[in-house]
Amino acid sequence: MMDLQLLPKKLLLKGGTIYDPLKDTMEKKDLLIVNGKIASMKKGENYDDAKAIDCAGKIITHGFCDLHVHFREPGREDKETLATGSLAALAGGFTRVCVMPNTNPPLDTPESIRFILEKAKDVPVHIHPIGAITRQQGGTDITEMGLMRDEGAVAFSDDGLPVQDGSVMRRALEYGSMFDLPIINHAEDICIREDGVMNEGFMSTKLGLSGNPNLAESSMVYRDLALGEMTGGRLHVPHVSTTESAEHIKEMKKTNKKVTAEVAPHHLYFNDEVIASFNTNLKVAPPIRSEEDRTALVQAVIEGVFDCIATDHAPHTIEEKEASFDLASFGMIGLESCFGVVNKVLVHQNKLPLSRLIQMLTVNPRRIMGFKFDLFQEGVSAELTVIDPKSEWVFSKNDIYSRSKNSPYLEEKLQGRPVLTIAKNKIAFIV
Amino acid sequence: MLEQKHLLGLENYPAKDIQTIIDTAFNFREVLDRPIKKVPSLQGVTIVNLFFENSTRTRISFELAQKRLSADTVNFSASSSSLKKGESFKDTAQNIEAMKIDAVVMRHPSPGAPLHLTKFIDATIINAGDGAHEHPTQAILDMMSIQEKFGKIAGLKIAIVGDILHSRVALSNIHGLQSMGAEVTLCGPANLIPPYAESLGVTVNSNLDEVMEWADALNILRIQRERMGSALLPSVREYRSLFGITEERLARHKKEIVIMHPGPMNRGVEIDSQVADGDQAIILDQVLNGVASRMAILYLLCGGKSEETES
Repeated sequence: MMDLQLLPKKLLLKGGTIYDPLKDTMEKKDLLIVNGKIASMKKGENYDDAKAIDCAGKIITHGFCDLHVHFREPGREDKETLATGSLAALAGGFTRVCVMPNTNPPLDTPESIRFILEKAKDVPVHIHPIGAITRQQGGTDITEMGLMRDEGAVAFSDDGLPVQDGSVMRRALEYGSMFDLPIINHAEDICIREDGVMNEGFMSTKLGLSGNPNLAESSMVYRDLALGEMTGGRLHVPHVSTTESAEHIKEMKKTNKKVTAEVAPHHLYFNDEVIASFNTNLKVAPPIRSEEDRTALVQAVIEGVFDCIATDHAPHTIEEKEASFDLASFGMIGLESCFGVVNKVLVHQNKLPLSRLIQMLTVNPRRIMGFKFDLFQEGVSAELTVIDPKSEWVFSKNDIYSRSKNSPYLEEKLQGRPVLTIAKNKIAFIV
Repeated sequence: MLEQKHLLGLENYPAKDIQTIIDTAFNFREVLDRPIKKVPSLQGVTIVNLFFENSTRTRISFELAQKRLSADTVNFSASSSSLKKGESFKDTAQNIEAMKIDAVVMRHPSPGAPLHLTKFIDATIINAGDGAHEHPTQAILDMMSIQEKFGKIAGLKIAIVGDILHSRVALSNIHGLQSMGAEVTLCGPANLIPPYAESLGVTVNSNLDEVMEWADALNILRIQRERMGSALLPSVREYRSLFGITEERLARHKKEIVIMHPGPMNRGVEIDSQVADGDQAIILDQVLNGVASRMAILYLLCGGKSEETES
């Protein structure tokens, strides 16, 4: 069980390797935290009055940052709350998350942004709300982005639903360019997707499930990239699932430096053959694609097409997931399992340097969202994660702190895990 | 006996078990020709027919098979509207199982629903159609009818004609016919052929006349009238001209082709009345073989032994 405590007045992380993802330096040093702030980083520190934690064999780095989670508050507190989601985040090594606005009601007003930040004060991770692009996520009328920004919105998205109408997306990118905050569009053309519940391909044919073709995503990604170029707006492409989308992004990034993109752990880890089990925890939007797409996404990570990893942590109740595959809700939780999954598939299986992976979980997402990212400086509030990169573990229900348990990784062997997370003057011992 | 406890689909289903079912079914065909068409084989066995989707033919066929075998049966029908919540499906299943039953015959609009059901209950489950996924008992009765007509299945050329995309009959037939050694061609409008169909090991050809030159038998699928005048199909007359088994078209081909249809038919759309009622059609044999096949399946899965079929 995770043990969450107040940070001692003086804490020494001893004998570990400090990886600074900003400077890309890996050094054996001790890290002293005094009154919740980084006090010093030197070799062989010894403070008799500090509580010392042995970090031998571990990597100390910035706390992970996930710019794409669903904490379901307000409205579906039976699935997740800001408080329970925060525990899931800590267990996954995340100290900072951005919550998507597809709540009930949606976060589409400055008042709702304020509500989230009020509720988030007492939870043990930093939470930033993303505001809706359109009122009620209706896809037609844009929201008060300026007032929402003033209250603390860090980006805009109708996530869960695409902005289907190209002219609305164009106007939103234009209007949003005044605030220099990312516009994040869940790219799935609903006309092409139709009622698709899994990737369209040989597997959907074999299983008799309606298919969602790659083009449903990639055509809208292409549209958004072109609109981004046309308007000068800041486009961030979430949860890229197809070869074609990755190619479009790679191409556009050559000329438009404002474009950023994320990839989710499950699109890197699974291919659509796993749907043969009809396990509804594997039902996500966009869907898990073919093996060709999976390997293309891994390759795109290696080539640097994606800026960051984002979990798209999407809790659902048992009832919603115990339905048959076509009727079950879309989404899976992903915070607790994230590092073990991406470290296994990217670092162990595909030789991505661990340092690159850590950058995709720390400094890169913070840069996209405009958060402070120079965290290993004296006087900065401690916000860090200690990783055991060698740990081999089997993901189980006991590792889940989310209020929902809809993970497809149960009984899966994962590699590497966060063991300690520090944020907001608290320390979480994960294992 | 059969390798698997359930009959969920014919993908990867052992060919020898398909043959066992067909052979047993021919034994039961004799029972159906007797004046008293009842054997005590499944006395004391309780079977629930769980139909979450409308069905007349399949349900009557199963019910008759059960009655002929002296099983105790209960029918349950639920409208699709009550399926929205997963809980109701699980509750329904567990409630029925709590009443001590031996087997469930299930029709459900969701692909994978029978497999899903195996997670909730211990009874033997027979798939009577799950969405556009599989309909294994239909494919078995089709294969039995083919064997009856040709004396064999292996080496035959079978074409499946119509809306393949939305068909559970097609997929089960493809898997079953292939494992029994037949060749399969799919013929239908290009937008009603599922993606990567060739990867199933079949040939796809949208030219019906070419397919008819090739085939020993045509299995003609019902075309839903509500799909006419949509993005999928323009009109009945266009469908008839491209894919309808009309009297004229059949006459144009000198070869004697066997005509099959799983029913219910849309006469005048995918098949002409003259063809459906003609000498080349074995459509009513399929119906009779449906009862015999389902008797065999129920008997083999619910605890019977092959040699007792004569009792």
